[in-house]
Formats: sequence, structure tokens, C-alpha cells
Amino acid sequence: MNKELLLTAGIHLLVAIVILGFILFVVMYMIWGLRRIMGFMQVRIGPNRLGWQGLLQTPADALKLLQKEDVIPKGADRWLFTIAPIIVFVPAYMVYVVMPFGDGLIAKDLNIGILYVSAITSIAVIGIVIAGWASNNKWSLLGAFRAAAQLVAYEVPMILALCVPVIFAGSLRMGGIIEAQEGGWFTNWFIFRGYGIPALAFLIYMAAGLAEVNHIPFDIMEAESELVAGFNVEYSGMKFALFFLEEFAAAFTICAIAVTLFFGGWHAPFPFLGENLTGIAKMAVSLFWFLAKTAVFVFVLMWIRATWPRVRVDQLMNFGWKVMIPMGLFILLAAGTVVTLGWVKL
Amino acid sequence: MLVQYLPFLILFIVAVAFSGGAILLSRLLGPKRPNPVKLAPYESGMVPIGGTRRPFHIRYYLVAMLFILFDIEIIFLYPWAVIYLTARAARLFLLLEMIVFLGVLMIGYIYIWRKGALDWE
Amino acid sequence: MIAELVIFIILGIVAVSSAFAVILSKNPVYAVLFLVINFFALAMLYLVLSAQFVAFIQILVYAGAIMVLFLFVVMLLNLTGAIESLQDKLPAQRWLAPALGMVLLVEIAVVFLSGFFAQVPEASELPEGFGTSAPVGMLLFSRYVLPFEVTSAVLLIAMVGSIVLAKRRP
Repeated sequence: MNKELLLTAGIHLLVAIVILGFILFVVMYMIWGLRRIMGFMQVRIGPNRLGWQGLLQTPADALKLLQKEDVIPKGADRWLFTIAPIIVFVPAYMVYVVMPFGDGLIAKDLNIGILYVSAITSIAVIGIVIAGWASNNKWSLLGAFRAAAQLVAYEVPMILALCVPVIFAGSLRMGGIIEAQEGGWFTNWFIFRGYGIPALAFLIYMAAGLAEVNHIPFDIMEAESELVAGFNVEYSGMKFALFFLEEFAAAFTICAIAVTLFFGGWHAPFPFLGENLTGIAKMAVSLFWFLAKTAVFVFVLMWIRATWPRVRVDQLMNFGWKVMIPMGLFILLAAGTVVTLGWVKL
Repeated sequence: MLVQYLPFLILFIVAVAFSGGAILLSRLLGPKRPNPVKLAPYESGMVPIGGTRRPFHIRYYLVAMLFILFDIEIIFLYPWAVIYLTARAARLFLLLEMIVFLGVLMIGYIYIWRKGALDWE
Repeated sequence: MIAELVIFIILGIVAVSSAFAVILSKNPVYAVLFLVINFFALAMLYLVLSAQFVAFIQILVYAGAIMVLFLFVVMLLNLTGAIESLQDKLPAQRWLAPALGMVLLVEIAVVFLSGFFAQVPEASELPEGFGTSAPVGMLLFSRYVLPFEVTSAVLLIAMVGSIVLAKRRP
């Protein structure tokens, strides 16, 4: 064991803990924000008692869940029941290795960043199916199978949409894709270029993303009114909290990847808002823009959640297979054609 | 070379330690007062009827099968998309290659559509 | 180099022991999970070989897609009770399987002894970006364009086959 390696490992450990803390913090305040915003939109108040404006509500809820009884139902497979939440949580957290938080703020700017994200997130399906099966509950099993069918159906259009910015940037690397949108002005972001093709790709990506993170209008796998709660009916305490954590962390990931691929990542919308900085200042400003843009999308997600109804299972599956996939293939070939004809300056 | 994957290993260890630790902690802190009714599978308040693990509709297998085929199709899109910009002279050739590839798959797609495999009734 | 060898041996042990666990597990759901571990060990072995692209494709396709189908099949058929009856339907495979396994083993031995792997360059000679998606794409869409196009025909056949099997009336 040489010293250099240990030092690198120590730095990475620190980074890993910072990322974990970041996820916990963001998820806690996403939940708080969701409850307050939905309360506002539904003309009620939402949690406002614990701490200023109810800011301590979610940490208190987390502590409460920690003290709850860990019920394992009769007939459940104890081992699988216990490791399923871990299988679901680990990939949702590992995605953050390649998350471009800011200029120079990527834990590891992997050469195949986007491919890594889609590969790692595809593991969560296994955890969900295992959770549903291990619970020995009909609702759980039905919810798990619906979840798996939904997740796999929307993974295909999602990857098709991801490939459009990859064509425009010529890179799978997160940093590379963001660098391709450089230039200071927001008109350099992919969403405003290429005759609306990336904009269409963005819509497909967001729709598929909503389905991937089990968000309204595609929260079929949870569907309180018909399936009780889906694959996690039997879960209580911290195991349930891990599923909850994963869901919100994944929703944040969807928004952050959308910002990276289509909205210029960490770049400011106008050159005078922080393009000519260096060092720590550049890092801080780029981090601010990345988080600010992502926060806008997180808000839009909550807005959707407060206003839209849920689709039916058959509508969901038909939309995924019969509309999203042909549309994804079409925009991909359209993007290829536009680049071949030299109509976009890249 | 392999040192570049160190962050992944460390994040994996932290993730497993955190999630495993949280579950273990809640087992230690939480009360343990099991009773037969609490441990019974939840069926909206009814006494559970019959076994849980019964055969499901074939469409689930079909969806999973078709997903694998489409998944294999789209993994070819990553290398295609990433070299598209740099391969200046060969772009038309690349585009035609992909149109032929996807065209053949479209035949299969139309076939499964016409056969009703995509219908979720 | 020594570190790489140690990592290789550890991953090899994980891969082989999880493969044994797959065939020795009584519960088929556990077998599927051990297979997932096996696929991850293989993916990491690809990383040791600097084949980054293949490694993550391995996770995306095998662990993320094919294992979902396996889980569906295992869970829905509830194979725990049905294994004996399945074996009896194809009595020949008990003898055929070891024989075919031996053929595969001989083939691997022949390939290794023929010196095929002697041409593989040393790790230090690898060009920049080796094993990432761009060089793979360059080769795939130029020199190996015919196998690439044939893949679509193979996938087409698989689509038709899965429909024929699934839509057959009992």
C-alpha cells in the first residue's frame, strides 16, 4: 500500500460522504418542498409547525421512521426482503459519481458517462421485482410486475432520446456534452439548437423520465387507489425509507441529467453572469447555475404532481410502446440527417 | 489504469454501508412486538385468500422479451451516436447504415404490432 | 501489474463461486441473484482488460434486461415444485449436456494452445481511449459493418420467434 493511493482513496471517501450528505439533504427538502407546494396549489397549508415554516418536518419524519418496528410479514423471504431496498438504493446513489455538479465538480468524468447512467439505473428493476416477490403479498407482486413492465418499456425511448445530444456533442462524457454547449449565451444550449429536434428529444426524455421514477401521471406501480402502494406495501421503517429516498433521488437525477444534456449544464444563461471567472469562484458559480436549473425542473415535477391525473395501465403501456419508441427512432434519424446535411453549426 | 475506477468502488462501499447500516439501526432501535395479525400479508383488511405466487399473464414475459431485443438494438446506438460528429466524411454512410439496421427492425416492430403483442388489454 | 493480478484473481474467484452458487441454489430466485453477481464480476473483469464499453453494456443488457426476464419466468412459473417434471421431459439432455460441455472445454483449450492470445498487445501499449465507445464504434461501423447489419436480421428472427411462442394457444 503506497501513500499516494491511500490519499486518493481518502479523498474519494470524503467525496462519497459529501455526495451522500447532499442526496439526503436534497431529498429531505424535496419532500418538504413537495408538501408545501402541493399544499399551496391545493389551497391548504402543508407542514409548517416543526421549525421555521416546517423545515424540520422531514428530518423528524426520518427519525420517526428509524424508530418504527421493522415488520417482516409471515411467509416472506427474510433475506431477499432485507436486501431488496439495498439493491434499489445503491444504483440510485452510484449515479452521482458522474454527476456534473459544476466546473471541476465531478467525482469522475467517465468517458462513457451517459452509458454508465443508463446501465446503473437499469439495476433498480431487479430490486423492485425482488421486493415485490419477497413480500409474499399479492399487491406487492402485482405492483412489482407492473413496475418492471413500465420501467423496461420506458427505458428504450429514454435511451433513444439521450442519444440526440450525444450526436450533437460527439461525446458520451458528461463534461464533454456540457463543453459542447459552451459560449456564454443560452442560445448555445442544445434545447435551442438543431431545429427543435433536441427540444423534442427533451420532451421524450422527460416523459420517459417521469415513468422511470414512478411519477404522476405515470405512477401506475404505486397507484394508491387500486394497488394500495405497489411493491412496497409490506415495507416499514428504514427499509421503506430507503425506497422513498431512492424515488426522490432518482427524480433529482432525471432533472439534473436533463439540465446537463439539454440546458447547458453548469453554464450561465448570459455571459456576464459568471463565464469569465476562475478558480473557486468559477466552481461556486457553476454549481449555483447547475443547482438553480435543476431546481426549476424539480419544481415543474411537483407542479405536474399537483395538477395531473394518473393514466391507466393500458394507456401507459400503449403510449410507451406505440408512441414513444417510434418518435424516439424518428428524432434520432432526424438528428443524424440534420448533422449530415450540415444544417447545424457544431 | 484501474485506479480510475476507485471512486466507483468507494461509493459502492459507502452506499452498501449506509443502506445496510440504516436497516440494522432501525432493527436495533425499533420495537419488536409481533403478533399473527400484524405479520399476515396485507390484503386490504381481509384474511388472505389463497397463495401469493400464482401464474401471471403471458404478456409480462412478452414485454420482457421484446424489451431485451430493443435493448440490444439500442446499445448499437451509443457508439453510433458518439462517432457521428467526428466521422465527418463518413456521416452519410453511417446514416444509411443505421437506416438499414433500423429498417430491418421496423419490419419486426410492425409485425409485433400487427400481431397485437403491444396491446395491453 | 501485481495489483492487477490480485484484482483479477479476486474477481475470478467471485465469478466462479457465484457461477457454482447459481447451479447449486435450491431456490431459483437466489440462483438468478447469484447470476447477477456473476455478471457484475464479469463486467469488472472487462474493466481489468480496459474494455470499458463492453463492461457497461454487459451490465445494461445482462444484469438490467435479461435478468428481468429470468426473474419474471422464475417467479411466475414458480419452478420450485416443477423442476423434476421438467427434467423428465428431456432425458437426453442429461447425457448431452456434459458431452457438449466437454466439446466447449476442448475448443477453449485449442484456442489457448494455438497461440491466438500471443498477438494481444501489452497493457502499456494500448492507444489512448482504447475500449471506450468511440473506437468500438469506428470499427463496428466500418470494418465490421456486415456483422452489424446481420445483427438486425437476428433480432428480427428473435422478435418473430418470441411472438410465435407467446401467442401459441395451449
